[in-house]
Amino acid sequence: MNKPLASPELLLVRQLLTNHQSQPGGLLPLLHAVQDALGFIPANAVPLIAEGMNLSRAEVHGVITYYHFFRSTPPGQHVVQVCRAEACRACGSEELWAQAQSLLGCGAHETSADGKFSLEPVYCLGLCASSPAVQIDDKLHARMTEAKFSAVVAKLGSAA
Amino acid sequence: MITLYVPCDSAALAAGADDVVDALHQHADKRGVAIDVQRNSSRGLFWLEPLVEVLTPQGRVAYGPVSADDVASLFEAGFLNGGAHALALGLTDQIPYLAKQQRLTFARMGITRPLSLDDYAAHGGWVGLKNAVAMDPAAVVQQVLDSGLRGRGGAAFPAGIKWRTVLGTTSAQKYVVCNADEGDSGTFSDRMTMEGDPYMLIEGMAIAGLAVGATLGYIYIRSEYPHAIATMNTAIALAESAGFLGDNVLGSGKAFRIEVRKAAGAYVCGEETAMLESIEGKRGIVRAKPPLPALQGLFGQPTVINNVITLASVPIIMAKGAGFYKDFGMGRSTGTLPFQITGNVLQGGLVERAFGLSLRELLFDFGGGSRSGRPIKAVQVGGPLGAYVPESQWDVPLDYEAYAAMGAVVGHGGIVVHDDTANMASLARYAMEFCALESCGKCTPCRIGSTRGMETIDRIGTAANKEQQVHLLRDLCDTMLHGSLCAMGGMTPYPVLSALNHYPADFGLEAKAVSSA
Repeated sequence: MNKPLASPELLLVRQLLTNHQSQPGGLLPLLHAVQDALGFIPANAVPLIAEGMNLSRAEVHGVITYYHFFRSTPPGQHVVQVCRAEACRACGSEELWAQAQSLLGCGAHETSADGKFSLEPVYCLGLCASSPAVQIDDKLHARMTEAKFSAVVAKLGSAA
Repeated sequence: MITLYVPCDSAALAAGADDVVDALHQHADKRGVAIDVQRNSSRGLFWLEPLVEVLTPQGRVAYGPVSADDVASLFEAGFLNGGAHALALGLTDQIPYLAKQQRLTFARMGITRPLSLDDYAAHGGWVGLKNAVAMDPAAVVQQVLDSGLRGRGGAAFPAGIKWRTVLGTTSAQKYVVCNADEGDSGTFSDRMTMEGDPYMLIEGMAIAGLAVGATLGYIYIRSEYPHAIATMNTAIALAESAGFLGDNVLGSGKAFRIEVRKAAGAYVCGEETAMLESIEGKRGIVRAKPPLPALQGLFGQPTVINNVITLASVPIIMAKGAGFYKDFGMGRSTGTLPFQITGNVLQGGLVERAFGLSLRELLFDFGGGSRSGRPIKAVQVGGPLGAYVPESQWDVPLDYEAYAAMGAVVGHGGIVVHDDTANMASLARYAMEFCALESCGKCTPCRIGSTRGMETIDRIGTAANKEQQVHLLRDLCDTMLHGSLCAMGGMTPYPVLSALNHYPADFGLEAKAVSSA
């Protein structure tokens, strides 16, 4: 956990800092940029970000942990988001959620032992008229069924 | 060359629209037919997505829902000439779901290509902004006031009053902030607008900027909407290079720019002051009011905050006049609302209609009943913080005041349908659970009340002294309702109490026990 950031990553965070240091309210855009580039926000980047943004480490830590979207650990190879909000519940998303947990072998905000899948609950993807909705990596799936979900996961799981 | 249209809206993509486009090209190549596939916005008839439209001399003819596997048979049926097919829907404009609507804000939806400046201008775009540029700022604000436009995000506060307040302030920097943190289940009209008609929102924000003297606008878009973020960013760049934004908006000598801010998955940031904190780079914690954001908002400066649909309704008001807009609707609910019919419904989609129609019309005339074919049991109107409306109230007109009178909210017009397999006690518990998960933690009724609420609902199910537990839950809801800083804690009691009042059996209670407690 506490191993120092590898130098290319450190360099990258420093570069991104220069893009956002003078931007009003630049912390969120910066954190997004770091996560876009690295897949997560490493703990060891926090002091660097704090210093660069003229904030305390506690403030940066507070922001990272407040928002569900920011991750402090690397995600699995594929991120599976299952919507659990009302419109999806009305069409069987809770059954889908249970299936996802058993199929992927991990719970909410966890990554499967083989590192292939991370499972995230999500509260609304804006596909409420074609629920239940699932997002796997960048791809949206409407009217998801248990059979369709198994097929998509099997295809991704078998790929190297 | 035959022109086809396949939407690029997220809901069409999620249904496989890109695969359909690939298949169309493959089969056309094989047959040696020249086709031009345009990616338009969605009509909002989502049960028909992917909807493929063919431009014929009679107009656009629709087929849907088309899967990649259907494409071969469509070609065989001669769909390029409007041929008959099991998926044929006839002329798109005559599909009853669409023909029965009153599309003002969504007039271009499904017709134009989202990022085409030419399409936007050819379908009435920029007329409102041009009119606003030629007017005195106070006159623009007066138009918005006269239109009766109320906040479409849920709170229904008159937009013109916010604008007038900001116009009346003196400050070196004012802001326009668009709340596009559409986190409520059952809503997608903001997403459709940003993905499908982004210039309409840009035009509305620019008008707001000119009217109140703001030079910078922010659009705060949820991270769950990557397509909307990408479309808005591109649209802003294109609008700026065409002179609709920038240092000299349409030659007015006034500056207005827009920046997109990506949210990060906190539901409560849809509350306006939490959103301001988030844009400022902080945790999205609710601010106490006063001061009003109109006086001390973003970075402490006067700020107009409106929802996407509110701002997107402004161009047509400025183009056709306040009177035109005000003629739609009823009472103090003027204009139209894009209702979103979602959940367990056969024909889910977007229905823009003037206020005043009934839920029953939306559920059956448009929605076609439940998707499962089972009886509809409960309908949640206005998002996760809205009440569950039982069948006895489905004929009440959808009007802000009429709904408030029965302890419900019209809100943003999001409607989630549940069939008779829904357990209302578990949905009530979920409302509390969601509040506990998403509470910003600043005020006690919301932070602690939500967890205690979950526990109490559990005990109603298991404890011997049910009536006392019901009493406790009502008391707790009363505290949350009156003691919370914002709508998160303040409105979570709506779904909870409506479930309890209208569906006592699901809590293991006799109707009598509920009313006496």
